[in-house]
Amino acid sequence: MIKFLTQFGLYVMLLGKVFSKPEKTSVYYKQTMREFVFLGINSIGIIAIISFFMGAVITLQTAYNTENPIYPAYLIGLGCRDSIILEFSSTVAALILAGKVGSNIASEIGTMRVTEQIDALEIMGVNSASYLILPKVIATLMFFPFLTIIGIIIGIFGGWMACTVLGVATSEDFIYGIQYAFIPYYIVYSLIKTLFFAFIITSVSAFQGYYVDGGSLEVGRASTKAVVYSSVLILLFNVILTQLLLS
Amino acid sequence: MIKINHLYKSFNGRLVLEDISVVFEPGKTNLIIGQSGSGKTVLLKSIVGLHDVDEGEIWYSDKLFNNLNFSGKKEIRKEMGMLFQGSALFDSLTVEQNVRFPLDMFTDKTSEEKTDRVNFCLNRVNIKNSNSLFPSELSGGMRKRVAIARAISLNPKYLFCDEPNSGLDPITAILIDELIKELTEEYCMTTIVNTHDMNSVMEIGEKIIFISEGVKCWEGNKNEILNSDNKNLNDFVFANSLAKQLRDSK
Repeated sequence: MIKFLTQFGLYVMLLGKVFSKPEKTSVYYKQTMREFVFLGINSIGIIAIISFFMGAVITLQTAYNTENPIYPAYLIGLGCRDSIILEFSSTVAALILAGKVGSNIASEIGTMRVTEQIDALEIMGVNSASYLILPKVIATLMFFPFLTIIGIIIGIFGGWMACTVLGVATSEDFIYGIQYAFIPYYIVYSLIKTLFFAFIITSVSAFQGYYVDGGSLEVGRASTKAVVYSSVLILLFNVILTQLLLS
Repeated sequence: MIKINHLYKSFNGRLVLEDISVVFEPGKTNLIIGQSGSGKTVLLKSIVGLHDVDEGEIWYSDKLFNNLNFSGKKEIRKEMGMLFQGSALFDSLTVEQNVRFPLDMFTDKTSEEKTDRVNFCLNRVNIKNSNSLFPSELSGGMRKRVAIARAISLNPKYLFCDEPNSGLDPITAILIDELIKELTEEYCMTTIVNTHDMNSVMEIGEKIIFISEGVKCWEGNKNEILNSDNKNLNDFVFANSLAKQLRDSK
């Protein structure tokens, strides 16, 4: 318990340093643009591929579980849409990004720590926590919602492709299903969750990397911890946010 | 000038530095020597504020550094340059971007002025045609020189070097030592070099303090070090057989 409180205290203090006034806005802006590419644009591929196949699988599973004639065919499209919007595009995608982006952040910052690059920043008078972490937080908070939207579009497209190519339902039924009883708030709910998850992934992973002490072995451990802790927190906040936003 | 008064530092109850007092003068290369694990790096990192000290005073000219708040320390840190043991160049930046980084962060110079300054610093450390290379593409000696160029880009008043020639061949090591000495005299910096390399000591040791098990045991210069009667220092200085032979032949 004491260890947890100590770590939590360190995390809060690190956030205090992260959200202090930047030394030079233009340098931070350039760094943020760089993080957009590394953490955001470079994640489009994996999100697109996984969304496509998840959409396809969700559609097939819904189709095979609703083969009874009492269920209307449009349920397949409706099931695909709601699963993708409510859970996959935000929560499952966040878990995938915790693996990709979280481990990347922890190992990058951890390596900078053990190779004294963070000390070099501090000696220059740069707020290393803010310079290294704030651009990542901004980039993920701004870009992950786009990834969510991309995940929704490609996921539903994957479902439609599976539906039409494998013939589990007609294209018209599927499209009717994805339009049926559509609640726009579900997208807002998904985007709100994404913002929380983006912050969790970035800040928790950066925290693990920033306080690495030792060598390459510890950097590897920090990277693993970043993924595990981010994933657990994502699942925990998924429950909390769902209760708060949908109840 | 940097003045240290009665400095103590411990980690988890283990005393690493005990009652260190010393004055480092400007325009001189001040050396901290001692065996590995004697507390040299802890002392250097305490002086630059990377470690908080338990007791004692660290004065930068007339400012008590260890009592300053974050922004006060930040102002003094803008006058510091540091060369780390592993160079600590930013992996994601090119040579030019590394040297330019402090200029981008702390000056309002135009892009052309910054480029001129970067090229001047790189020329000063004899790095040519390497502006677009990344640190991973450089040799150990080149990395050290780029790190020196970055350290002097803002014309610092204080230069700190932690084992500047570790991992370098003797010829490159001497070149780095000479470069540090030249720059110190040229810009009248207060330079502190951590080393256990006796070649460096004899090359650039204008003021030397010897630390053993966290205690300052001896203070002098390169001319005095060979004639000291301090046993710990003699064990360190004449550790290898060549040095012993030279002493005996004398």
